[in-house]
Amino acid sequence: MTTYSEAIAAAIDIEMEKDPSIIVMGEDIGPQGGVFGTTRGLYDKYGCGRIIDTPISENSFVGAAVGAAMTGLRPIAEIMYIDFITLAADQIINQAAKVRYMYGGKVKVPMVIRTQGGAGKGNAGHHSQSFEVLFCHIPGLKVVMPSTPSDAAGLLMSSIADDNAVIFIEHKLLYNTEGTVSYETIPLGKADIKRTGDHITIVAVSHMVIKALEAAGKLKGQGISCEVIDPMTLSPLDTATIAGSVKKTGNLLIVHESVKAAGTGAYIAAEVENEVFDYLDGPIGILGAKFCPIPYAHPLESEVIPQTEDIIEKVKTILGRNR
Amino acid sequence: MYTIRRFEESVRELFTLGLIRGSTHVYIGEEAVAAGACSALGTDDYIVSTHRGHGHCLAKGGKLYPMMAELLGKETGYCRGKGGSMHIADPSIGILGAVGIVGSGLPLAVGAALSSKTLGDGRVTIAFFGDGASNQGTFHECLNLASVLKLPLVFICENNLYAITVACNLSTSVADISDRAAGYSMPGVTVDGNDVEKVYRTAKAAVDDARAGGGPTLIEAKTYRQEGHWIGDPQVYRKKAEVEDWIKKDPVKAYGKILTDTDAFTAKELKDIRAGVDKELEKAIEKAKKDDFLSPDKVTEDVYS
Repeated sequence: MTTYSEAIAAAIDIEMEKDPSIIVMGEDIGPQGGVFGTTRGLYDKYGCGRIIDTPISENSFVGAAVGAAMTGLRPIAEIMYIDFITLAADQIINQAAKVRYMYGGKVKVPMVIRTQGGAGKGNAGHHSQSFEVLFCHIPGLKVVMPSTPSDAAGLLMSSIADDNAVIFIEHKLLYNTEGTVSYETIPLGKADIKRTGDHITIVAVSHMVIKALEAAGKLKGQGISCEVIDPMTLSPLDTATIAGSVKKTGNLLIVHESVKAAGTGAYIAAEVENEVFDYLDGPIGILGAKFCPIPYAHPLESEVIPQTEDIIEKVKTILGRNR
Repeated sequence: MYTIRRFEESVRELFTLGLIRGSTHVYIGEEAVAAGACSALGTDDYIVSTHRGHGHCLAKGGKLYPMMAELLGKETGYCRGKGGSMHIADPSIGILGAVGIVGSGLPLAVGAALSSKTLGDGRVTIAFFGDGASNQGTFHECLNLASVLKLPLVFICENNLYAITVACNLSTSVADISDRAAGYSMPGVTVDGNDVEKVYRTAKAAVDDARAGGGPTLIEAKTYRQEGHWIGDPQVYRKKAEVEDWIKKDPVKAYGKILTDTDAFTAKELKDIRAGVDKELEKAIEKAKKDDFLSPDKVTEDVYS
């Protein structure tokens, strides 16, 4: 069995062995191996020329990764907490996402920005946020959020090989989860059906996949059959897999950790609505975080983030109402 | 320098006629910086340019016709009409692109230099930026990053004395921006940005040092934006007499005089060269005017590779 963080380090290693143009840049990723262990062992193997511990200067080292990607390297820039990505917003939104378009297709930007987000460990307002949907809004970026060790490895290998800027968002509660990892590439833009079912489709993002599967297990005992879909790539979104499922179940619930307002659920619902509207038994349900910064104290943090019980309750409400 | 001057005068005219749109910033008065600095580079070397970037692109080898076609928004332009004045790029000759956000190009230049160091390709990058950008966080982050990684990079600050409408001395904590190099353990040099030979010699020394593995240098070229920040800027923030004083120090006129005074060229030779530039520019404009815009059904091409 391999943990999510070990799978990430191993996937980077596999790609770096194959391609000498891959470098990794970020804070504490060198001898330390990253604060979550996601680059462990790489510094010893590849040295400071390819595993670059940067100053705490997110905007400039992310921008340097963009410039390096434009000139022959395939950089992986790590932002320790997604909360710090706002410091690099200019280089991500105005450069990484746009240079290819603005320059009429004359450059490629083959880079990955790896980062992690989410709540659940009491890290409070500056170390717990979920920003994925901000990047789904930006043309030119791809957004990936894996929920299992094997998905993390396979999607990361594809992200590194991709010629576009990929925002690869891990979840702090997933790093110690274990699984069997095949290290086979998983194509970007394809969703995965994590559990099949007939009564309702639950689209769950990142760590919410774990909670949705837990909810589906409990609901099965109550005679409710849930299909759980992990989009894995949020941009571009695999609307076909989601729509195909909803056509079968007639009900859709989207669960995520970003705040509900203008959140990931609103985005996914808008992307699939045209295709599924005639098949829906009722309105699309969305569960997201309360419109509130992430608080520190455990009961408060749990209150803001959707929990397994919230998913169970919401499924019952949707099915009760729609039946 | 003359080519840049004439190009910019044409841009001003075409903008007034409504054929060039959007935010367009001309380089009139600052030509010696781009010409001197880019003369110190080879074709394979990189530059990262700014919102006031036409001069950098021409000095690095950009061609009049695709540049003018881009400014006119045509499919035949450097960026298929998708970039315009502030985003001209031609990576095939090392022009990594002009950047529309003040200070935002510096990290890209660090990245290009990091590529050269990693790949060992022997290239040097020049990052052009203005006095305004020297007050952005990216300037400070990038000087530090380039210094600790000892990158083959030359930072060239074009101090044209105004950050949009605010005078440099009102917005910048140092009289000489090159003084800031000391904080990042790299050489800092201030040079007369209207003297093309001095700019060239200073840039050449820094480029040679960077290429030899000596790391980055910060050069401040003091110059003057003879025009407003944008075409149509009413320029309420400065006195006419100040502008006139700087026009007396015009770099194009000054260098023309040096070339004839030193018998490098006769007056006739210089006149003929300039007439050739005028003709080529006129041809480029006429040709670009007749070109088509990119078909709107191709508007979403190039978002992704």
